[in-house]
Amino acid sequence: MKENEIKQELYALLQQIAPETEPSALAPDENIKESLDIDSFDTLRFIVSVNEKFEIEIPEEDYGKITTIGLLTNYIQKKM
Amino acid sequence: MSQTRKITYREALKEAIREALTENDKVFLMGEDVGRYGGAFAVSKGLLEEFSEERIMDVPLSESGFVGAGIGAAMAGLKPIVEVMTVNFGLLAMDQVVNNAATMLHMSGGQINVPVVIRMSCGIGKQLAAQHSHSWEPYYAHVPGLRVISIGTHEDARGVLQAALQSPDPVVIFEYTSMLNMEGELPEETIKVDIESAKIRREGTDISIITYGAAVNKCMEAAEELKVEGIEAEVLDLRVLRPLDEAAFLASVSRTHRALIVEDAWRSVSVSSEVSARITEKAFYELDVPVKRVCGAEVPIPYPLHLEDASVPQKKDIVEVVKKMIRP
Amino acid sequence: MKEFLMPSLGADMEDGTLVEWRKKPGDPVTRGDIIAEVDTQKGLIEIEVFEDGYVDKLLVDPGEKVPVGTAMALIRTGDSETGQEKEQGLEFPVSEKEKVVLQPTEEHFDEKPLPQKFPGKRIKASPLARRIAEENKIDLSKITGTGENGAIIKDDVNKAIEQRTAPETEEKISETLPEKEPEKIADSGKSIRMAVAAAMSKSNREIPHYYLSKKIDMSKSLYWIKESNKERSVQERLLPAALLIKAVAKSLDEVPQLNAVWENALQIKNEINVGFVVSLRSGGIMVPSINNADLKSVSQIMDSLNDLIPRARAMKLRSSELNSSTITLTSLGEGGADTLLGVIYPPQVAVIGFGGIIEEAWAENGMLGIRPVINASLSGDHRATDGLTGNRFLTILNKNLQNPEDL
Repeated sequence: MKENEIKQELYALLQQIAPETEPSALAPDENIKESLDIDSFDTLRFIVSVNEKFEIEIPEEDYGKITTIGLLTNYIQKKM
Repeated sequence: MSQTRKITYREALKEAIREALTENDKVFLMGEDVGRYGGAFAVSKGLLEEFSEERIMDVPLSESGFVGAGIGAAMAGLKPIVEVMTVNFGLLAMDQVVNNAATMLHMSGGQINVPVVIRMSCGIGKQLAAQHSHSWEPYYAHVPGLRVISIGTHEDARGVLQAALQSPDPVVIFEYTSMLNMEGELPEETIKVDIESAKIRREGTDISIITYGAAVNKCMEAAEELKVEGIEAEVLDLRVLRPLDEAAFLASVSRTHRALIVEDAWRSVSVSSEVSARITEKAFYELDVPVKRVCGAEVPIPYPLHLEDASVPQKKDIVEVVKKMIRP
Repeated sequence: MKEFLMPSLGADMEDGTLVEWRKKPGDPVTRGDIIAEVDTQKGLIEIEVFEDGYVDKLLVDPGEKVPVGTAMALIRTGDSETGQEKEQGLEFPVSEKEKVVLQPTEEHFDEKPLPQKFPGKRIKASPLARRIAEENKIDLSKITGTGENGAIIKDDVNKAIEQRTAPETEEKISETLPEKEPEKIADSGKSIRMAVAAAMSKSNREIPHYYLSKKIDMSKSLYWIKESNKERSVQERLLPAALLIKAVAKSLDEVPQLNAVWENALQIKNEINVGFVVSLRSGGIMVPSINNADLKSVSQIMDSLNDLIPRARAMKLRSSELNSSTITLTSLGEGGADTLLGVIYPPQVAVIGFGGIIEEAWAENGMLGIRPVINASLSGDHRATDGLTGNRFLTILNKNLQNPEDL
């Protein structure tokens, strides 16, 4: 899966959780949670959806490594 | 108004009767003790000497009988002033008033008028206990065919009789014993009052106090007290309890947007309940607070003075309610 | 025969609009069945029935808006078949006091106006005030009345007219700007806003709050969650919130006075149902209840959260989930403010607030260390309990969070 495709999928997942936001407007190094104002429960839901979409396991200790779209895209690429 | 003179309510009534007797030969006064005794409340004192036994007629103690006779005299073309000593005994003549005086014009297909004037003294405030303290204005005001007048001021005490004698139909006049000795100011010249309209006794912008009879004076005093507190109350004297001058009180309420009705009679099914109903029917969208009433307590009027006082609206009751309505 | 009434889904709910009947006459129902769907200020709510029996008659049509307490349907319960219960049920209860007739002929006039059947439902305004408001297009619901019993009177409306003329220019400027949010969201957001406003105003007006707070070392709890999550799939992972809810519920077992309502007196509740504040992205909050939280495991509570939070956000909660809570818990989560002092949701008597978990210098046993710390607060109804009770609760809560494995 190409980097751009992954990003598009991530935008769609974020859109589900925060429908009124514009995830595609996020800069690659922008903190997703803070910029979209997502709480811990929605963060968990997002991670669950990433897990299901890309079929990758994200252990809890990795949560700190996937805080931006850029980091998360790289993380997914590596794991897949 | 040029010059005024002081006069009691009783004197004003007597002057009116004397004037009527003088001006029109057909007028005569009949009633219990109106002649030799000078009237139970001395309203006709001296008139027998001034006029004759034909014009000032003592009658037997039979209300139904002499009121009926008065009605007959009126039908025959005379102008009787029938004095029923008090409203309390008026019940005995109720049949004559309701069934004959009030219906005759209708029953005769418009042929026979009954231009009788029936005067009754009434009211509370002389420690006369339950059977002699009635306020039957609402009873009479209930009956189509009658014109019912309540005399709450000296002006009306002096002026109403003349107008009543002009009426082609029966007029029932209520006079208030508690006011007989009260002094008031009247203009020197003859006054003309009508028996069609209510009258604003005091203008005000904050509330319309609608009242009649002996309560008029209490409302005027209450209005003065309220003025000190910055509340301008309008006092409207209904005067004509039937047919009600609703245009007058509706107009007043439309200006002030608040209505308080004060009456000595019992609250339920009273003049105040009728006035209240018409205000809500016809001036609902002018109301800024619910219509309130201060009325007589629904008890047989007690004999002890303090209880008697408590059973009818007093100045302080009126002041209190008005204040609550304006500054809740 | 039992009447099925429009339920109250909280002190702030005044009415609801029937959207759909899920049962029709003749259908059997058992306690807990969804009988209807009702639109409230809190969104579409599925309403449950509390009797076993059969639907006899539906009294309200879809689309109808009825006040709380209105009979919506008749449920034929088992024992009513004899017909006896029906007759008894119809008999109007007469209190002893009402039976006493002092004087059969006297009219007793009571100056008090008729009690309102559904307090607060109707805007009380004088006819004149209504007329003026209508002529000037003034929204009476936004006016505070100064008349008798809080009725809106002429002066109040005139004041509103005066105030309106001032900010009109501002409005015009904002009108020229493109609207940020679609109208619909703004609408539902507004009604939730009004519901929150009503409940919180009532709380602040009537409840004398007292506040206590305690810093709690969360290292043991977080460690326990981390270890526990290692064994869990992503879908089953726990959030600290689940543990906090369990810890609060368990602490209430020992301090039952806080798990109560105040209705003229303290009424302690048997079930511990923790209302959990869910903030909506469009503004406003929903407070679904996690019932019997003290009896549930942390995992079960997490399951409940996974179920409730998305439905709360979508405004699709069931009536029992909205009106059964006996205490409220509100947690800010990560980041954000350190301390949260909550406003009690009446008629409850306490709200527990958690700030964000932050690392702090922590002195213990003469040593300084860095610990994840949470500020736990208790807002208590001082009519119902005193600081001593609140103090005991926070102490026990701390103890419980130091022993997460026992939760």
